[in-house]
Amino acid sequence: MEQLLSNLALGFGVALTLNNLMYCLIGCLLGTLVGVLPGIGPIATIAMLLPATFTIGDPTASLIMLAGIYYGAQYGGSTTAILVNLPGESSSVVTALDGYQMARQGRAGAALATAAIASFFAGCVATFLLAAAAPPLAQIAFKFGPWEYFSLMVLGLIAAVVLAHGSVIKAVGMILLGLLLGLIGTDVNSGLARFSFGIPELTDGISFVSIAMGVFGFAEIVRNLEQGEAREVFTNKVTKLWPTRQDFRDAWPAVLRGTSLGSLLGILPGGGAVLGSFSAYTLEKKIAKDSSKFGKGDIRGVAAPEAANNAAAQTSFIPLLTLGIPPNPVMALMVGAMIIQGIQPGPQVMAERPQLFWGMIASMWIGNLMLVILNLPLIGIWIKLLKVPYRFLYPAILVFCCIGVYSLSNAPFDVVMTAAFGLIGYLFIKLECEPAPLLLGFVLGPMMEEHLRRAMLLGRGDATQFFTRPLSATLLFISLVLLIIIMLPAIRKKREEAFVE
Amino acid sequence: MKILIALAALVVSTVTFAQGTFPDKPIRYIIPFAPGGESDVGARLQGVVFKKKFGQDFIVESKTGAGGALAWSQANTYPGDGYTITSTNLPHLFLQPLEGNVQYKTDDIVNIHFYHYTPDAIVVRAESPYKTYQDLLKAAKEKAGGLNVGGSALNSANHAATERWNAAAGIKSTYVPFKGTADIVASLLGGHVDMAMSYVTLAIAQKGKTRMLAVATEKRHPQFPDTPTFKELGIDWVDGAYRGVSVPKSTPEDIRKKLSSMFSEVNKDPEFRQKMVDLGFELIDVTYDKMPAFMAERGKVYLEVAKRMGLVK
Repeated sequence: MEQLLSNLALGFGVALTLNNLMYCLIGCLLGTLVGVLPGIGPIATIAMLLPATFTIGDPTASLIMLAGIYYGAQYGGSTTAILVNLPGESSSVVTALDGYQMARQGRAGAALATAAIASFFAGCVATFLLAAAAPPLAQIAFKFGPWEYFSLMVLGLIAAVVLAHGSVIKAVGMILLGLLLGLIGTDVNSGLARFSFGIPELTDGISFVSIAMGVFGFAEIVRNLEQGEAREVFTNKVTKLWPTRQDFRDAWPAVLRGTSLGSLLGILPGGGAVLGSFSAYTLEKKIAKDSSKFGKGDIRGVAAPEAANNAAAQTSFIPLLTLGIPPNPVMALMVGAMIIQGIQPGPQVMAERPQLFWGMIASMWIGNLMLVILNLPLIGIWIKLLKVPYRFLYPAILVFCCIGVYSLSNAPFDVVMTAAFGLIGYLFIKLECEPAPLLLGFVLGPMMEEHLRRAMLLGRGDATQFFTRPLSATLLFISLVLLIIIMLPAIRKKREEAFVE
Repeated sequence: MKILIALAALVVSTVTFAQGTFPDKPIRYIIPFAPGGESDVGARLQGVVFKKKFGQDFIVESKTGAGGALAWSQANTYPGDGYTITSTNLPHLFLQPLEGNVQYKTDDIVNIHFYHYTPDAIVVRAESPYKTYQDLLKAAKEKAGGLNVGGSALNSANHAATERWNAAAGIKSTYVPFKGTADIVASLLGGHVDMAMSYVTLAIAQKGKTRMLAVATEKRHPQFPDTPTFKELGIDWVDGAYRGVSVPKSTPEDIRKKLSSMFSEVNKDPEFRQKMVDLGFELIDVTYDKMPAFMAERGKVYLEVAKRMGLVK
C-alpha cells in the first residue's frame, strides 16, 4: 500500500508538470472532439496522430496525449448519442437508446450530467485498479514464456469471436483473414519475402495504420454518407444540468455495476470499451425489477454503459503495460506509439521507466477530471460542432487522414492502400462482417508466429509443452471451452438475438 | 475547427521539405532492432550530442524484422539527401547475405562510419544455478538437447558467437533468435532461455538481475573485475559487434563525408564518451575514407566465421 502511494506520488509529480498537463489537455480535447463527431473514432485519430508524436519527442507526453484521446472519446461519444441519437463512438451505441429518449423528454441536461459523472467515477476506480494491479501482474508476466504468450493470444482471438456481433462463422472468418494479412511481408527469422508479389512496398508488410484507417475511418464515413443529414439536435433544451435526487438514487447502483463489469471486461483480451457498454446495458435490463422503462428514457440505461465503457477503456491498459500484449486495436496502436518512442512494451517497462509508467497512470486520473470540466460547462461548444454540415466535415476528415497516412513513411503507396481498405471496409459493413476481429488477428498474428516458432525451437520441435505447462494449458483450455460454448446451437441463437437488439 | 487546423499544421510540418545547409531539418535514423537495445540506446545518446553540435534532432525509428535484414534491404529505397540514415552492424552485414535468403548484398550497403563496438559476453539471470563459467559448461555438456541460448537476430554477432562457443568448447547448444537485445530480457529474466549470448552492455543494463560469466575482451572489463575473459578460460576469443551508420547509394560524396565527420565529432564529446563507456560501449572511429580498408579486413575475418557456421563451404 505504501509502495502504491509512493508510486502514485511519483506519477502525479510527472503528470502535473506544465508540459504533460498540456498534452493531457490536448489529448482530452481531441478525444472529446472525435467522440462527439460521428464517423471518426479513437482508432483513426490515434493512427493519424502517430506520426505527430515524432515531433513531440518526449515519450511520456506522447503517450499521455494518446491515452487521453482514447478515454476522452468515451466521454464525447455520449454527448452525440444523447443529443442527436447518433452514436459518436461505437461504445456509445447503447447510450443513445435511453439518453436520446431522455433528451426528448426535456431531460437532456440530466442525461449528460449522469453520463459525465458516471464516466468520472468509473475512470477514478479503473485508474486506481490499474495502479494496484499492474505491479503484481508484471511480476507474473516473467513466468510467461513463449508457450504462454502463444496460448494467451489464442485465447484473445477466441474471445474476439465470442464478443463480435452477429454470426460466429463471420467473426472466425474475419480473424483468419486478419491472420493471413499479417503473413504478408518479410519472414521474421529467415528474411525471405512472403506474399509480396514482387511489389517492393509489400516486403515490409501492410501498414497497420492503412488497415485501421481504411476499414474504420474511411468505411465509416462512406457509410454515414448513406444516411443523409437527418439530424435532430436538442440544443436549446439543455438547461437544467443537475439530475434530481431521485435520478441519483436510481443511477448510483447502476454506475457501480457498470464500473465493475467494465473494469473486468477491459482486462480481457479482445475486450474493451464497446463490449463493456453493451454488457452493462444488458445486465441492467436483466436485473431491473421493472425493465419496461428501458428504451424510453431510463437513467440507468445511461449511467451503467457510460460507467462501463470508461472503466474498460482504462483497464485495457493493464495487459498492454504488463505483458506488452494489446487487448484491442486501440491498444495495438499504443504499442506502435511506444515503439516509435523507443520503448519495448512488456513487463520491464514498469521497472525501467517508472516515470513514464506512473506518470501515464496519474495523467489518466487528471484527464478524467479535465473531461468532466470539458463536458459539462463547455457542452455548448460541442453542440455547435454538431451543426457543422457533413459536406464540410467529412472531406476535411478524409484529407487529414490521407496526410496522416502519407507522412508515416512519405509513401503514396500507403494512401492508395488505405483507400483500398476503405472500400474493403465498406464491403464488410454491407456484408455485416465486423472489422475489429480482423484488426486484432492482423496485429496478433505476427506476434503469435514469433512465439510459436520460438517455443518450438526451445522445445526442440516438441509441441506437447503447450499442453503440459500449467499456465499455457489453462489458457488453451479456457479457449476451448469458450469455443464450444458459442458453438452450441441454443447459445448461438440467443447470442445473435442479443446483438440484434 | 481551430483544433483541426492546428492538428493539420502539426502533421504537415512533418512532411514539408526545406532547402539550405545540411542539416537544416531532423534526420530520420532507422534502427533495425527492437528499441532499448544497443543500437537504439546508442543512437538516442548520439542524438542529444548531435542536436547540441549541429542543431538538428535525430528521429530514431525502429524497424525490426529478419534480424536487421528487413531494414537493410530497404536502405537504398530512401532519398539520397542525407536525411534518412540506417544504422548497420557487423558481422550481420557479411553473414546474412552469405546465408542467401535476405534481400540485400553486403556491397549494397554504403557504410559511412563505424562508431562503436561491444564485446561478446555470456550472461545468465541472477537466480540461475550456474554461478561460474565452469558450472555452465558442465550443464552444457550434460543437459539432454543442450542449453537454450538467447541472442539478438539470426546470422548476427550473437549467433556467430554461439556457434564459435559450440565449436571451441565442444558442445551443442541451440541458438534462439530474438528481435534485439531488449527483446531477450524478459525471456532471460523469466528463465525461459538458459543464458544469453550477448554483450557487456546487457550485463550492465541489467546489473543485479543478471550475472556475466565470461567476456570476449583482451583484459577483464573494469566494471566486472570478477568475470574471467575467454582467453583466461583457454579460448582464443576477442570479438564483438561493430555498429555504424549507412546512407542510401544515391547520396552524394560530400554528404557522406560530412556525416562521417559529424559522427566523429559526436564521439569526441567528453560527456558522451563517459556515458557510453559506463554503459559498456567501446568507442571507435572508422571514418568514411578508412572504410574500404576496414571492410576488406573484416570481410576476411567473417568469411572464416561463416565457414565455421556452415554458411559457406
